[in-house]
Amino acid sequence: MTQHDLVVIGAGPGGYVAAIRAAQLGLNVACVDDNEMLGGTCLRVGCIPSKAMLESSELFYESSRSFADHGIGLQGVTLDLDKMHQRKNQVVKALTSGIGSLFKKNKITRYKGLGRIEGPGRVAVRGDDGTVELTAKHILIATGSVAASLPGIEIDGDRVGTSTDALAYKEVPKHLVVIGAGYIGMELGSVWLRLGAKVTVLEYLDRILPGMDRETADEALKLFRKQGFEIHLGARVTSAKAHGDQCVVERDGGDSITCDRVLVSVGRRPATSDLGLETVGVATDKRGFIQVDGRFATSAAGVYAIGDVIGGMMLAHKAQEEGTACVEGIVTGHGHVNYDAIPGVVYTSPEIATVGKSEEALKEAGVEYRKGVFPFRGNGRARALGQVEGKVKVLADAKTDRVLGVHILGPRAGDLIAEAAVAMDYGASSEDIARACHAHPTLAEALKEAALAVDGRAIHI
Amino acid sequence: MAIELRIPSVGESVTEAFIGRWLKKPGDQVRKDEPVAELETDKANFELLAPAAGTLTRLLKKEGESAAIGEVVAYVEEGEGAAVSSPAPSPAEPAPAAVPRPPSVPDPPVVTPPPVSTTTPSPPPTYDVNPVHVAPLPVSEPSAPPGGVDLKPRVMPAARRVLEEYGLSAGEVRATGPGGRLLKEDVLRHIEQSRARAQGTGAAAAAVSGQGDGDDVEVVRMTPMRRTIARRLVEAQQTAAILTTFNEVDMHAVYDLRARYRDAFEKKHGVRLGFMSFFVKAAVDALKQFPSVNAEIRGDDIVYHKRYHVGVAVSTDRGLVVPVVRDADRLSFADLEKTIAELAKRARDKKLGLDDLLGGTFTVTNGGLFGSLMSTPILNPPQTGVLGMHGVQDRPVVRDGQIVIRPMMYIALSYDHRLIDGREAVTFLRRVKEAVEDPTRLLIDV
Repeated sequence: MTQHDLVVIGAGPGGYVAAIRAAQLGLNVACVDDNEMLGGTCLRVGCIPSKAMLESSELFYESSRSFADHGIGLQGVTLDLDKMHQRKNQVVKALTSGIGSLFKKNKITRYKGLGRIEGPGRVAVRGDDGTVELTAKHILIATGSVAASLPGIEIDGDRVGTSTDALAYKEVPKHLVVIGAGYIGMELGSVWLRLGAKVTVLEYLDRILPGMDRETADEALKLFRKQGFEIHLGARVTSAKAHGDQCVVERDGGDSITCDRVLVSVGRRPATSDLGLETVGVATDKRGFIQVDGRFATSAAGVYAIGDVIGGMMLAHKAQEEGTACVEGIVTGHGHVNYDAIPGVVYTSPEIATVGKSEEALKEAGVEYRKGVFPFRGNGRARALGQVEGKVKVLADAKTDRVLGVHILGPRAGDLIAEAAVAMDYGASSEDIARACHAHPTLAEALKEAALAVDGRAIHI
Repeated sequence: MAIELRIPSVGESVTEAFIGRWLKKPGDQVRKDEPVAELETDKANFELLAPAAGTLTRLLKKEGESAAIGEVVAYVEEGEGAAVSSPAPSPAEPAPAAVPRPPSVPDPPVVTPPPVSTTTPSPPPTYDVNPVHVAPLPVSEPSAPPGGVDLKPRVMPAARRVLEEYGLSAGEVRATGPGGRLLKEDVLRHIEQSRARAQGTGAAAAAVSGQGDGDDVEVVRMTPMRRTIARRLVEAQQTAAILTTFNEVDMHAVYDLRARYRDAFEKKHGVRLGFMSFFVKAAVDALKQFPSVNAEIRGDDIVYHKRYHVGVAVSTDRGLVVPVVRDADRLSFADLEKTIAELAKRARDKKLGLDDLLGGTFTVTNGGLFGSLMSTPILNPPQTGVLGMHGVQDRPVVRDGQIVIRPMMYIALSYDHRLIDGREAVTFLRRVKEAVEDPTRLLIDV
């Protein structure tokens, strides 16, 4: 039996960051994960491989479109999908093995196998070579989430599959039906649309990207339709089944759709099965999320949980912040996550990025706000890039001028949002952003202009 | 060519000054070293002198606004007479654009009516117009907190702009942002609250006192100096653990001595023999025995002063000021009396310089001048002790089993209990009492 100060169950972005931070703080740390590759959903079958495929597919797509506008003529552009997957796999491999090195450097003991809590301070790891028993002063559950489904949908892991399957299609679908217009559906839909598939998106709500700022999402919807997405809103899917090489998707009040691939992206649910939560009495809520207090402590003494498994925004960087705050709390007594300044990014083209409150949320809360908008068509760098679609929107408190939300639809929005998140973490007013010097010509100037526009004094519009 | 008028440096602990009053207006001729403005700091007032003869062309600050040490506040066009015929400086000439100014503040008018008439949010009146009450309590005006600890908040860019626009300093506003940052909203809130206090609050005050508003009260804005004094006093109360111990002194011996030598003393030294010199001498003697009373707390350190610079509180029509008698331990009775008389005169004539007010290690204050019989003086930070003298009264006391009439004075020592124990404080005060009751002890050092 091996004794550790901290045993982290799950080596995803939340778990591995927590493990490293705890080791930095002097704890004897072990990390348990069943997968050969470290990094969890994010690195293996999520954020990273999807971004690799998005980049590759965008280059392919643009080569036969905007390249000509640049005066670059190409003939006979071909797609080698196997090669594209290989490249994606190399990116994943480099990053996941990088975590292995970080574990070695920080003297974190890695256990390969399924971790299960056996009682207070006890974790069993069931691996290929039998079971190892660990004891720990603290246990951190960072098991993340798995793709959810809907009644009537029969996921077979091939024709009707989840995001994991959609990252690895061996050939470009002729017709891909995406169920759920959240960020996963729109990103992976984009990949196959660009590579030549017909893509139909079915969304139950009357909008895409639920939770995002409505105006921004509606503008994105128009752009997606222009790109060739067929998007049906208010569509309730009642069944999706594979029949040989074909699938049939049934919906309320509409014709059934026959296609060759179905991507089910209707959300994710916490991964808590066979974790042994009952052995120590870890409480979960109705939807299965583990309940924690402000310091990420569960109802069981010495057991903590962070990341997707506790709910909230299911984002890698949110899990990382929580993992860091949790172990800092265990060691130093204090650790903090500012949930008001956690950015979210959709890596479509153009990208969509958001931090803070949406306009609807402000209206609902009865907060008086002022709004500054700046379109990328007024930005020199965007013009030079040839990507002038979209805009930056800054929402600030009408009385105090404090920035309450920033929403960006446009080129590199995911990178631009970082500035807004830092500003909000510092309690900035829109005038603070407006007063800071921004390099010219950069896309970031659009944020400065939108901040100026809050006070009605944008320069380039 | 245009010469810059900058706020001169007046001492290490002073970082900003307020424009009390412009004595000249744009277009006025000034002689070299002629006062152009009255400047106020939390310590003292002084005058801004013209660096050369010429014409005052531009004022960059309104009355009541603050300026950093070294900041340019006005321009003088050199050369007598020359500029009179050309009231506006040529646009090419006026002072190199090195003047830092927030972009949203309009340029100060060039050779137009003095800025008093321009709209400012709520210009604090100068104290020439609104004399403050002289506090009858022997409250000494605290000096700047000791160097070393930087309590200034980080000021966000927009907050800095609003501070400048309203002539506020960062220290006046409560910072609520992450990491103690001073946010724009903090400054806006501060301004709103000050406005509410200045205008409506007739209403609030009246509501409390149950009276109608309007004529029953007069709302007068505090001068920058008074605001600073107010803040510092509260800081002193909040920082130190202030405790006061009392004793009483039989002034019989001092009266005797004075009766015998008054004329001779005055004839020889040209100054009256007062009580003050006895108490300063006695205090210095006691300070030598109790170094912690002549000390200060600086961070986690205790700093013991080896020199005895005793502040003596002097009341003026603007409030209390505390000029410092340097090396009081080396001065004779006559030198002490002369020095104190000289400082008091300069204080009343507003002629004290910053140097006169800085560096005290202990303070003596005399509430007896106004007839007070007993009071608890407030410490003058970072000092740890202040001796309070009071009025002398003939009172029946018991001497050798007999009731006799003696001139008696209560004395008080307020001290910082963080550094000084009760036993030390009580013994210190007893030592003062003994030395004053029998001044020969000072002479032969027993």
